[in-house]
Amino acid sequence: LCVCVCTIFANLSTMLKKFINSKNLGFLPKYNFGTYAEGRHKGAIHVPIAINPGVGSNRHVTCIPGTGIGPEITDSVKKILSAAHCPIIFDDINDFKMDSIHDPSFQNTVRKNEVIMLGMLQDRDGDKYVDHFKVYQELGCFADLFYAKTLPGVNTRHKNVDIVVIRENTEGEFSGVEHEVYPGVVESIKIITREASRKIAEYTFEFAYLSGRKKVTAVHKANIMKLCDGLFLEECRKVAEQYPFIKYEEIIIDNCCMQIVKNPWQFDVMVMPNLYGSIVGHAVAGICGGAGVACGANIGENHVIFEQGTRIAGKDIEGKSIANPTAMILSSIMMLKHMDLPKFAFDIERALEKTYQDGKVKTMDLGGSSSLEQFTEEVIANLSKI
Amino acid sequence: MKLARDPSELDVMVMPNLYGDIVSDLCAGLIGGLGLTSSGNIGQGVAVFEAVHGSAPDIAGKNLANPTALLLSALMMLDKMNMEAKATMIRNAVFDVYRDGKHITGDVGGKATCTDFVSAIIDKLE
Repeated sequence: LCVCVCTIFANLSTMLKKFINSKNLGFLPKYNFGTYAEGRHKGAIHVPIAINPGVGSNRHVTCIPGTGIGPEITDSVKKILSAAHCPIIFDDINDFKMDSIHDPSFQNTVRKNEVIMLGMLQDRDGDKYVDHFKVYQELGCFADLFYAKTLPGVNTRHKNVDIVVIRENTEGEFSGVEHEVYPGVVESIKIITREASRKIAEYTFEFAYLSGRKKVTAVHKANIMKLCDGLFLEECRKVAEQYPFIKYEEIIIDNCCMQIVKNPWQFDVMVMPNLYGSIVGHAVAGICGGAGVACGANIGENHVIFEQGTRIAGKDIEGKSIANPTAMILSSIMMLKHMDLPKFAFDIERALEKTYQDGKVKTMDLGGSSSLEQFTEEVIANLSKI
Repeated sequence: MKLARDPSELDVMVMPNLYGDIVSDLCAGLIGGLGLTSSGNIGQGVAVFEAVHGSAPDIAGKNLANPTALLLSALMMLDKMNMEAKATMIRNAVFDVYRDGKHITGDVGGKATCTDFVSAIIDKLE
């Protein structure tokens, strides 16, 4: 009886595979199991991924569209992921409020899934100024991985820039500790801890090692803030010693900004405390084409939040469907790779590449005249042409 | 980001200490580097005008340095001392020499020595 049952199941699964491969079913992709390949050519050796059983079933990702251009760009990503047949179901939190971050009911919704896709969070009138950064702290997302690269067909002064900025996400100048010592005299306290510096340094070198990147540059102002940034550098140096095959350099923040606009190709992976991360990230985004092309992921032990690299709200273009969803799309590709869904990440990457290489459809921030919808439609159309 | 993408929208910028340090270096990077950037530190009753580049020990004493940064800072000083006409005259002479491109120093792609460059400016003034 057992042998019979097993044979029946084996036959069924073969039949199912043949069925899936032979028909382009509405809800299942025409999927050649494990044959996607980057730069596949005749004679390439490409070993398939031995996936775990059950990983193809639908996964849940929390989606917080937020405010500003957040809803439009997350919508765009959802459409593209759906067109690519990604096994992802989005659990939307449409009424996310900063104050609710401590609410038990929100704990269940926000903390339910490991992966969170975030459009944009903004301070509202009456919020204390650092409140929206508390989300990253609350969810333990201590590393902000920001990535920008010159995209094909985008007119920039510098070509072939490819930089990862890893920004400490929980402390530094964003600790929110300020007080008026005396009327008209305000103190702002920048907190740098050994623990957080060590964690971010370790994450940076781990990332560089596993991504095959060759150099890590620590950005600081330790000539002035000798104890603060000095402590940060101390921890970076300790970790650097454990990775002798990765080149480690240090650069002062002001010279760093100058070098980014003069000679950005000297940088590969960069690590730095909170404020410098924001500044350097924006400068790198600027030389690559702007806020529309930089993606970001906030990584912690239990959660990862994927968002636009520059966290731009786009208040002036909100609701007009002219925002560039590329940043969010790139972030979603990072998300798919993070979730071990490389085939879909690859497909969307190639579709986005083709859209940029064709150059017919470009959003306004990059000198084109297409709307967000037109751009999304073009990427979806290209999904079937790659 | 604005400075890196399209600085033409910006004119005068005011900011606290650290941001000033960062933004001024970024702007220097946009226009060709610290060798061409002028600066003045203004107080009440005193002002210090200086170039913001380093001491360049590798080319010190060899007549190779580019005096533009300090020269433009000195012109800022003349402006402050109500000698704008003279400052403008010298400034135009400097820009003319750069436009000609024949007597510019090594750091900006030329072959002239420091004294050659200065002589060229003086020639323009005459």
